[in-house]
Formats: sequence, C-alpha cells, structure tokens
Amino acid sequence: MKKKSLTNPTGKDIRHALMVGLWFMFLTFPLLVIKVNPIEQTVTWRWANMLWVGGASAAIALACRLIAARRTEKMEHLSRMPEQTALRHKLPLLFTQDRLRLLGAMVMLLLLAFPLAFSTYQVNIMTTALMYVILGLGLNIVVGFAGLLNLGYVAFYAVGAYTYGLLHLHFNLGFWTALPIGGLMGALFGLLLGFPVLRLRGDYLAIVTLGFGEIIRLVLENWGAFSQGPSGIADIPRPGLFGIGMTLDQSLVYQYYLTIAMALFTVFMVNRLRHSRIGRAWFALREDEIACQAMGIDTTALKLTAFALGAAWSGMTGVLFAAKTTFINPASFTFMESAIILCIVVLGGMGSIIGVAAAALILMLLPEYLRAVAEYRMLVFGAVLVVMMIIRPRGLMQPMRQTHLPAR
Amino acid sequence: MEYFFEILFSGLTRGSVYALIALGYTMVYGIIGLINFAHGEMYMIGAFTALIVSSVLSIYGLPLPSILILAGLAAAIWAGAYGFTVERLAYRPLRGAPRLAPLISAIGMSIFLQNYILLAQTPDFVPFPSLVPEFAFLEPYSAIINSSGLTIMAVSTLVMCALILLIKFTRTGKAMRATAQDRKMALLVGINVDRIISLTFITGSALAAIGGLLIASHIGQINFAIGFIAGIKAFTAAVLGGIGSIPGAVLGSFVLGLTEAFATGYVSSDYEDVFAFSLLVLILIFRPAGLLGNAAAEKV
Repeated sequence: MKKKSLTNPTGKDIRHALMVGLWFMFLTFPLLVIKVNPIEQTVTWRWANMLWVGGASAAIALACRLIAARRTEKMEHLSRMPEQTALRHKLPLLFTQDRLRLLGAMVMLLLLAFPLAFSTYQVNIMTTALMYVILGLGLNIVVGFAGLLNLGYVAFYAVGAYTYGLLHLHFNLGFWTALPIGGLMGALFGLLLGFPVLRLRGDYLAIVTLGFGEIIRLVLENWGAFSQGPSGIADIPRPGLFGIGMTLDQSLVYQYYLTIAMALFTVFMVNRLRHSRIGRAWFALREDEIACQAMGIDTTALKLTAFALGAAWSGMTGVLFAAKTTFINPASFTFMESAIILCIVVLGGMGSIIGVAAAALILMLLPEYLRAVAEYRMLVFGAVLVVMMIIRPRGLMQPMRQTHLPAR
Repeated sequence: MEYFFEILFSGLTRGSVYALIALGYTMVYGIIGLINFAHGEMYMIGAFTALIVSSVLSIYGLPLPSILILAGLAAAIWAGAYGFTVERLAYRPLRGAPRLAPLISAIGMSIFLQNYILLAQTPDFVPFPSLVPEFAFLEPYSAIINSSGLTIMAVSTLVMCALILLIKFTRTGKAMRATAQDRKMALLVGINVDRIISLTFITGSALAAIGGLLIASHIGQINFAIGFIAGIKAFTAAVLGGIGSIPGAVLGSFVLGLTEAFATGYVSSDYEDVFAFSLLVLILIFRPAGLLGNAAAEKV
C-alpha cells in the first residue's frame, strides 16, 4: 500500500477547502458584508469581511481534513499491531490512583496559595469559578448520577440567594444562619418541582424544568411587593467570622477560602453519596428505569432525593453568591446560567467529579481570560463548546466506576 | 365583546408564528431526537436577512409587495443554508454520541450565532420596516383585525399546508417519515438518511425564517436576542402538542398563543410567560406525552 504523505495536501483536499471557503462566503454574505442603517436609509458594504471569512474557513477546513487523514492513518497503523501493544498505545494509564492523589494534592496547594500570589481581582474570579464547581457538582447529582435532565437548575440558586437576601432584609439574619436555611429552601423547591414531573421522561422533563426555572425568575421579577422586583436587593452583608472586623480585601480572601472549604465539603459528600446505596440506585435508575424498578428500588423516592439533594447544593451556593456580590436581582438567574452549569456537567463527563471540577474551572475562567479579545469572547465561548463536544463527546473525563469486589 | 375578538385575533396571530417555528423543532426532534436549541437563532437570522434585503431593495425603490416576497425568499434561503451548515458542523459529527452531547453543542451554536449577529450587525434593537401593505377591505374592522396579523395567518396556513402535502404525498416526505420512524431501517431500505436529515434542517430553518420575517414586520423591531425566547416558546408549544407530531405542534402553538393572549388581555402582561409555562406543566401532568403524542409503550 502506498503511504499517503502526511504533510502535503492533495489536489482533492485543496478543492474541498476552496469549496468550503466559497460556501462560507455565500453563507455570511448578507449578514457580514451588508450593513444597513434603516433610519438614514444608507448601506455599507464591507467586502473585506467576505475575504477574511473565505480565507479563514478554507484554511480551517484544510487543517481539519489533514488532521483527520493523519488520524485514520494512525488508527490503521494501530490496528495492524498485535493486540497487546495496540491496547497499550491506545490507553496510556495516565490516571492511576496514586497519580490522581498526587495531582489532587498539587491542585489543592495551588488553590490554597492562590491569594498569596495574585491580586484580589483574580481571587474574586477564582471564587466565582469555585462556586460553579459546587453548582456543577450539585447538578451532577441530578443529571450525571440519576440521569434526570434538569434545565432549570438556576431556579434553586435563585431560591437560595433570595432566601438570604430576604431573611437579611426582614429579620436581619446573618450568613451562617441563612446558609443551612438556603439549602433547606432549595431542597424544598426541589421537591416541589420533583412531584409533578415524576411521570415525565427525558426531554419532556427537560422542558418542564426549564419552564420551572423561568417561572421562578419571572415571579421574582414581577412580584415587586415580595422580592423588590427587577431592582433587586442590595447591601447584603458578606459572611462574618465571629464578628471580627475585616477590610474589603481581607473579606474577599476569607470568602475565597470559605468557598474552597465548601467545594471540598461538596466533593467529599458527592463522593460518599456516589458509592452509597442511594448512589448505586441512582446509577441503576440512569441506566434503565424499568430494570431498576424490577430490582425492587423505589424510583419515586429516588428521583425526589436526587432533585432535593441537587437543589440543596444549589440553594447553599445561592446564599454564598448573595453574600459575595452583596446585591442580587432576577437578571442573574436566567436560563443561560442553567445552560452553562449543564455544559459544565456534560463537558466534565457525566458523573465524574474531577471532570466536572475541571470543566467548571475551564468554562468559568475561559471568558475571564478572553477579556483580551473582549468583543469576541462569547463568540469564542460558543465555538469552544461545540468543538469540545465534537472532540470529546463523552466529556473530559469518563467516569470510572468503582468495582466493589474484594482485591485480589 | 370587541375586546374579546381583538384578543382572540392576537392569540391566533401569535399561534401562527409559534407554529412556524415549532414545526422545525418537532421535525428535527422526530428525526434525530435532538432539542435543537439553535433553532430559535434561525428565526432571528431570517429576520435579519429580511431586514437587510428589504432595506437594500427599498433604497432601489421596488414596490412593497415584491419587496416582501423577495425578502421572504432571501430569508428562507439563507436561514436554510445556516440550518444546513449548523447541522453539518455541530450535529453530524455527534451522531451516535451520548444523548446530551448534541444538546450542549446546540447550546454552543446558539451562543455563537447570537454573538455573530451581535458583532456582524448591531447589539441594539433596530427598527424593522412594515412590509405588509394596509388592506383597504379591513377598514371597518380595524379595531380588531390588522393587515399584518391577517397576512401572518394566511402565510403560515399556506406554508403549513404545503409542508403537510410535502410530507404526506412526495417521495422525499415518505423518506422523512421513514427516517423518523426508524433511522437504521430507513438506511437499510436505501434511503440516504444524511441527506434527509439535512433536508429536514433546511426546511425547518426556512419555516422559522419566514416566521421571523412576518413577526418582525408585525412588531417593528428586532435584535440579536429575539431568537432565544421565541425558540423556547415554540419548543414549549411543540412539547405541549406532543413532540415529534406535526399536527401536535400546530395545535400546541395555537393553544399556547391563545393562552398567552388571554392571560395578557385579562390578567396581566407581566405574567404572560408564567401562564404559558404553568399550562405546560399542567398539561404534561395529565398527558405526559403532550396533547397529541401517544405515549409509546416501552419494550423491555
């Protein structure tokens, strides 16, 4: 068999790239080239954009095709190898138990040392990212473990945040009292959502949860007497530490460590849950609801537990959020938030704790560090989501199931 | 009484537009089982293309009806092209991937397209010219019926009939139905499934684009984010009627449109969406597969 050159594109590749370039020039022609001003009735023609798009898309198409060709060649090469060697090539054991521990310890050290090395601005961003780690892990219980697609997760986040906001406003309660109450309120609303949707499957569940999230947001926005409407609640105090007075910077750093502690607690709890009786039952529910029922598992209770527990974490993070920003209004709790949290879970690899944590950090820090290209950051963000899904459709980390067999 | 009819009319108008968008959702869902979150963006792209084409044409001084038709054609063609490209780039590589992967890809595409329009056109609301001429014969009923609403209803009815004819009576339609029933089996009997899926995306996007043009001309302004809420509403309508079912999508859209119109008219416009979603929850509690969907018995 004649070996195809890896670096030199053939004529066919180039023709394909040209076609792609032409197609994209056609596609983006009206929207990217023409700009009208409907009031003054003037038209601007921006032909340069067209050339850019054509050239860039052709180049990308060519690159993709060459990479794909190289990969098929590699796969062929692998398939010709004896099985044992091929397997070793395919699956380098990067993540053994020991290495994982080491990696975890290193990440932990880095996180702990973070405020020493960076400005409070950076610390603040990191706090937000860590909050999304917690949210991702919470949603992971519902979506990753129990397989219930929830598109309204942000509703519980809002419930938690408003619990703290309103309790402070009316009863002057502090952060530490509000934290467990926020969690409980989240769980309560989780049950409230859970009951009507018990019978629904898959995508019907998705749209009802989405609707639920929107209902909560709209009620908060329109029921001004209860929630102060779109103007929101301001002057929510930051978390205190036995009444010690802190400067703003100190307070932010304190909050950072608090969030780390909370994230660690979440990781610990979720990890314990995963290997518990409930956790295994959730996995069974996710894989096959009917078989799960046939094994004598009470699926109703199981689904409700998943909703309530997932929501409880969201509620607590909501309290944390309210304390961090000191101001909340309904605009912080749109569907986009739910979508991003879901992206974190799926991108991380459903059910994998490390994967979800990594995905949360990547997705939350990415837009921050893309501020250099500020205008384009959401554009890039959307494209990154698509590309990441295509490259790793099962997520960054495929969850490893622990086998409960005695060691040999 | 006049107020009642006015609201009824506005509900029917809304319902028609929802139906145009919901059809695309339901067709795509029926064939590949994907909630296409980027579908609302097709509606938005259609509206923007129509805005550009109609503005350019009106500067060259074409008469109103021909502008409407040309803008509609351009919107349908370009939105169809976008639908095709999105499917090709973001969904086709994920065929056979876990169920949630294409969903995330769709969310990514939706964010991407919104920001693309934001950068390529404008982040602000832009006024959209009224492309529908005033009909003289409607003069006596002008309090109840307006010409753009009537056009929306007429066009969407026509388009929907055409779609149903296409699906029921042509070879392509038969292939679409076969693919929706069982993709693997359709492949085995020699249907080019990839082409059918592309075609479904093109048709759905073109329908949404026509909806976008009509409603933009009715309301009079657009921006890059209009696709999102319209998409969610249309998806709600499709689920309400039983997702995957074409008559269901139409019925669901009208139920949703009327509910919203009456909630706005008689209760409060603030809670319009709350009513829509509560209705959805209520209907799904009693009919978990939607109004016209049949809950398929699960084989074990």
